[in-house]
Amino acid sequence: MATAELEARVREDDGSVAIELSGDIDGRAEAVLEAAYAQVDGADAVLLDFSRVAYINSTGIALIVGLLARARKNGQALSAAGLSPHYREIFEITRLADFMTIVEDREGTT
Amino acid sequence: MATIAPTWWKVWRRDSRAERVEAGAESLAESPPAEAAAVEIAPNDPLLAYLQSAGGAVELDRLELDSPAVRALRDAGVALVVPLVSQGELIGTLNLGPRLSDQQYSTDDKKLLDNLAAQAAPALQVAELVRRQATEAASRERIEQELRVATLIQQNFLPRELPDLPGWQVEAYYKPAREVGGDFYDFFRLESGEVAVVIGDVTDKGVPAAMVMAAARSVLRASGSRIGSPGDVLRRVNDLLVPDIPERMFVTCLYAVVDPVTGRIRFANAGHNLPFARTAGGAVELRATGMPLGLLPGMEYEEVEAQLGPGETLLLYSDGITEAHDDGREMFGTGRLARHLEGGGADLIDGLLTTLQRFTGEGWEQEDDITIVTLRRTGAAVPAELHATFRIDSRPGNEREAMARVAEAVAGLGLPRERLERLQTAVSEAAMNAIEHGNQGRAELPIEVEVAAARGVLRVRISDEGPGTPAGAAEQPDLEAKLEGLQKPRGWGLFLIENMVDELRTTDEDGRHTVELVLHLEGEGDGNG
Repeated sequence: MATAELEARVREDDGSVAIELSGDIDGRAEAVLEAAYAQVDGADAVLLDFSRVAYINSTGIALIVGLLARARKNGQALSAAGLSPHYREIFEITRLADFMTIVEDREGTT
Repeated sequence: MATIAPTWWKVWRRDSRAERVEAGAESLAESPPAEAAAVEIAPNDPLLAYLQSAGGAVELDRLELDSPAVRALRDAGVALVVPLVSQGELIGTLNLGPRLSDQQYSTDDKKLLDNLAAQAAPALQVAELVRRQATEAASRERIEQELRVATLIQQNFLPRELPDLPGWQVEAYYKPAREVGGDFYDFFRLESGEVAVVIGDVTDKGVPAAMVMAAARSVLRASGSRIGSPGDVLRRVNDLLVPDIPERMFVTCLYAVVDPVTGRIRFANAGHNLPFARTAGGAVELRATGMPLGLLPGMEYEEVEAQLGPGETLLLYSDGITEAHDDGREMFGTGRLARHLEGGGADLIDGLLTTLQRFTGEGWEQEDDITIVTLRRTGAAVPAELHATFRIDSRPGNEREAMARVAEAVAGLGLPRERLERLQTAVSEAAMNAIEHGNQGRAELPIEVEVAAARGVLRVRISDEGPGTPAGAAEQPDLEAKLEGLQKPRGWGLFLIENMVDELRTTDEDGRHTVELVLHLEGEGDGNG
């Protein structure tokens, strides 16, 4: 199977901080997510950009829950962009959407 | 020749193809003077006509003819010219210098020389024919050999079989022209369950075109499998081809991604013939712009979406059909193609070829490769029954394979995209539980997956050799508790599965733990599930 290990890129512009994720969010993504989050834990608000994420499994959901828990402890607002309708539904079912702002697709994402 | 005893002699051969006289053999007592070798006889020199009908040896001294060749031959020291005539055609001359004895050539000498010429001429002609034929055969053989290699390369890279897409009828026709052009087509499945369809044409012919075609096909496959967007695929392929493609060669290509479940088609075009959709409303040309591949780096490719309903057909083709000419040098053109699509029957390709044949007329030699690919959506025909089973090794990550293979197995059910995605997530989670918990990741223990649809119910059973109750399924996950640290962040698997399918059942039997995922198909496909 063609799978893609997660890559994360931290981007800051105009004071807003985004982590651009690309690849799969599964068990293998932990270290990459940790490292990316470590770069932004001082920011007031962090946007997770899922535009280039094709697969998230339950382990990946757990990792996002972990990030969300830490963000809340740090008083950070976490939001998510670029989710496909399917994963958006999963964010709603798991109630992640109640604790993170779900941003409509950013321009350029299809 | 010794009894005649010229100081020297030389044979001139007239090259019938090049229409000029050239030097042949030589030698004897003296070497011919250098000027003798330099004499050229123009094709329209009166001497040639004179010799053709002279009927025997001609003494230049006595010849009264206003001819530059005669003057040149005299200057070169030629005394006697013996025409070499075979089958009424002057094929050369035997030129002799003065006799050694300084006497004139006698009548006997000339008779002897005429006899000799009569025998030598046909032999020379035959030798010339043999030589020419050998050269032509060698060059023909080289061309044939090259054609064979080009054909071999090309055929090796064309799909051996058509994709089996439930609910679709896929057909392809490919006929190379004698001098194999660079047409190609390809199909491959994407991880999304969609199918990539490619048709292309490399400028140029023969082996170089075949090589470029092979390279283009490979990078299209590699990029297509990795990149979802057709526009991005062509952009990437273009950038890969530009540095390596031979000068003045390029590749036109139409790249389409077809979702067999929904009939959605996304495509991008690199200067190839625009595809047609045969719809209820007529033939629609599907337009997308983009430069051919391999010309300039950094090109962008427009990406366009279209939708095929049941009974509608997507037609891809190469210019071998639209640029075919009739006797009056008129081109077949896209207009005729569109009209055929609107009027044509069910057998699109056969019908199109018949129309083309009628247009070009009898004895037409195909000018360029002809490639036609059609994808007809026969309808969201739900198979009455569907059954598939497979095993997957218990290795981490293999749940993705289970997910993809189930998606493939149910492709014909016409599940809406969101339903299919939910099923895939459920399968992936159930398979991951089976691999990691049930079989404890022991690669030698396979998990078994069974997909069965009947009477409107789709069941996917995933079983392992574990004792049951996958870890983490004990408590209902509560996000708030998890965020407060009261629950571990994990434990979403079973929760997700439950929410993704209509029913979830687990059974433990004969040492096997089985999770059954159930979807009710009523109202899906063509509604008669």
